[in-house]
Amino acid sequence: MKKYETLTSKVVPLPKNDVDTDQIIPAQYLTSTSRDGYGQNLFRRLRDTEPDFPLNQDRYKDAEILLTGYNFGCGSSREHAVWAIAGANFKVVIAESFADIFSNNSAKNGLLLVSLPKAVIERLLKRAEKDDLFVTVDLENQVVLVKEGLTTEKHSFEYDPFRKHCLLNGLDDINYILSHQSEIDEFRTRNAKSWTVSPSNSNEENLALAGTKN
Amino acid sequence: MSQVKSTSKPKKHKTGESEVQTPNAMAKQPRNIVQKIWDSHVVSQQEGHPAIFAIDLMLLHEVTSAQAFQTIESRGLKIANPERLLATIDHSIPTRQNRYEIYDEAARSQVETLRANCKRHGVPFMDFDSGNQGIVHVIGPELGVTQPGMTIVCGDSHTSTHGAFGALAFGVGTSEVAHVMATGCLLQEAPKSMKVEFKGKLKKGVYSKDAILKLISIIGVGGANGHVIEYTGEAISKMSMEERMTICNMSIECGARAGLIAPDRVTYDYLRGRRLAPPDSQFLKAVEYWNSLKTDKDAAYDKEVVIDLDQLDPMVTWGTNPSQGCELGQPVPSPKSLPELERKDLEAALAYTKVDAGKSIEGLPFQWAFVGSCTNGRIEDLRIAASILKGNKVASGVTMYVVPGSESVREQAMKEGLDKVFEEAGAQFRMPGCSMCLSMNDDRVPPGERCVSSSNRNFMGRQGPDSITHLASPATVAASAIAGRISSAAKYL
Ligand code: SF4
Repeated sequence: MKKYETLTSKVVPLPKNDVDTDQIIPAQYLTSTSRDGYGQNLFRRLRDTEPDFPLNQDRYKDAEILLTGYNFGCGSSREHAVWAIAGANFKVVIAESFADIFSNNSAKNGLLLVSLPKAVIERLLKRAEKDDLFVTVDLENQVVLVKEGLTTEKHSFEYDPFRKHCLLNGLDDINYILSHQSEIDEFRTRNAKSWTVSPSNSNEENLALAGTKN
Repeated sequence: MSQVKSTSKPKKHKTGESEVQTPNAMAKQPRNIVQKIWDSHVVSQQEGHPAIFAIDLMLLHEVTSAQAFQTIESRGLKIANPERLLATIDHSIPTRQNRYEIYDEAARSQVETLRANCKRHGVPFMDFDSGNQGIVHVIGPELGVTQPGMTIVCGDSHTSTHGAFGALAFGVGTSEVAHVMATGCLLQEAPKSMKVEFKGKLKKGVYSKDAILKLISIIGVGGANGHVIEYTGEAISKMSMEERMTICNMSIECGARAGLIAPDRVTYDYLRGRRLAPPDSQFLKAVEYWNSLKTDKDAAYDKEVVIDLDQLDPMVTWGTNPSQGCELGQPVPSPKSLPELERKDLEAALAYTKVDAGKSIEGLPFQWAFVGSCTNGRIEDLRIAASILKGNKVASGVTMYVVPGSESVREQAMKEGLDKVFEEAGAQFRMPGCSMCLSMNDDRVPPGERCVSSSNRNFMGRQGPDSITHLASPATVAASAIAGRISSAAKYL
């Protein structure tokens, strides 16, 4: 995973609430078995039906920050939604709130999600729709900086300290968990249930196992 | 199936279940079922870090697993506990009779990739014609592998279905699928808990689908974000396991991390005798443990909601998310009075579904009817649809698909002659899979056409690009299919 570094970028406004992962990446684009290539179909339906949808506009070509309403990323658990957003070169999504699984998936892929209060979101959305809005997102200090003429607005945000550590250092969960292997083994032994029947032990009961039915 | 006594006393459980104690044992503090299952699966937790959380079972399907197998292989890791995994194919497969030939190249490659991955890693795989293939959330319970007190994950948000058995079951992304493959564990923060009490009794013709759609319409699609819901109340205790699964299935549609129902006699009767359930010799021991999971008297929740179901009428959605629904006969709300952003969202939803605000949705004509999915593709759902369709015909101009949730549901339906009922009514009785629930396989609602569907999501384009979805119970779908217009099933019952 790539480390997150402080970033300043133009903001793409998406003034909607409850944007679901079916909108982010429709199911018909999920049949690939790799993690790549989803970016081009990010918001495919909106891009096809709304000619002036921001992602169709040249002025947002290099933007790396998406700004939207509340409960962004609800619906399906598809991580493809995050791969699509990251694949379209976004590094940060700023919203009032995010859906649970989406938020988890983002952290695992180095996509930073920032929650700001409703009033701030609404004001920034209006500004971004009118003029180009540039924003700096600094995870180390947990602040979003918005330039307004000569002054700079500063909005702090909360962020889980463990996730922050992982994002700033580009770490993923597997190594962390594996470093506790002996505890895991001990836990499993202690909690084994006498009544467990494992599927792989049930051949004779006519459960199909890998390969046996082809 | 024989009956099980579920009355073992809630005494101290000295059956070696050390997991009923937390590491920092606040042993006397009353706990709810969510907290109990959570505590019993925390392997270790460092201050300020998420817990290392043990997963008992992971279900796999072809869409969200390939990249996880790649992660494992590219890092030279092995699957920690292949016997704790169970895989099947459901999302991208065709549901026509000759479903073995998958014409879509990408879909075929997904299926073949999963088949090969399972073989290579020794993961149990429920292939076509195994008798066990089906929608991942339908087959787990059927096989008896879904059990109370377990932690279950799957790269699929409707994993919450398994919560009907008193399991803590939730959807994860593909990265986390890889974490569980490699370690049998996940990093997790303790969830918040929420109690939803369904009071009263459902009227005739009103089903658990209507109850859960009502809840979502009240609390909204983000109403339970970050919480695990425990469903309780008179209505829940009267429900069959099938009905409970429908409730838990849609927990994610109000943002809940999971939804569950404490196990009881109904749960145990359902489980006993199933292939991967505890064998008879161990069953009472298991029941004793399962009973210990129930919420303690006076345990607290982070949030509570009470909903009275006595007066509830059948629900149908009119918008583009599952919270945008109302009872048949009620008017669709009007955007006028709302604040700006909400008003825009609502206007966009109504513009998409071409539904008039302020009027009832009853009588709206449509072209497609779908009974199926992990929400309502089980045998009881098919029985209800069949009982309404029997002796009637699907209206001309309506195409109706009835898609069993699994091979075993299909087999059972045929044993009961339901297939004949569907065919005589002019509905298509198809092979098991996710089918028209999401537009990933051949079954899609064409652009601009409208579908009344027993599935769980009515997002824009969910059933096909520019298709329109109205979520409802199988009874409402069947009755509407006969009329060719959205209608109540009341007169058939
Ligand atoms: S039936 Fe629908 S909701 Fe259920 S697993 Fe399949 S695609 Fe997902």
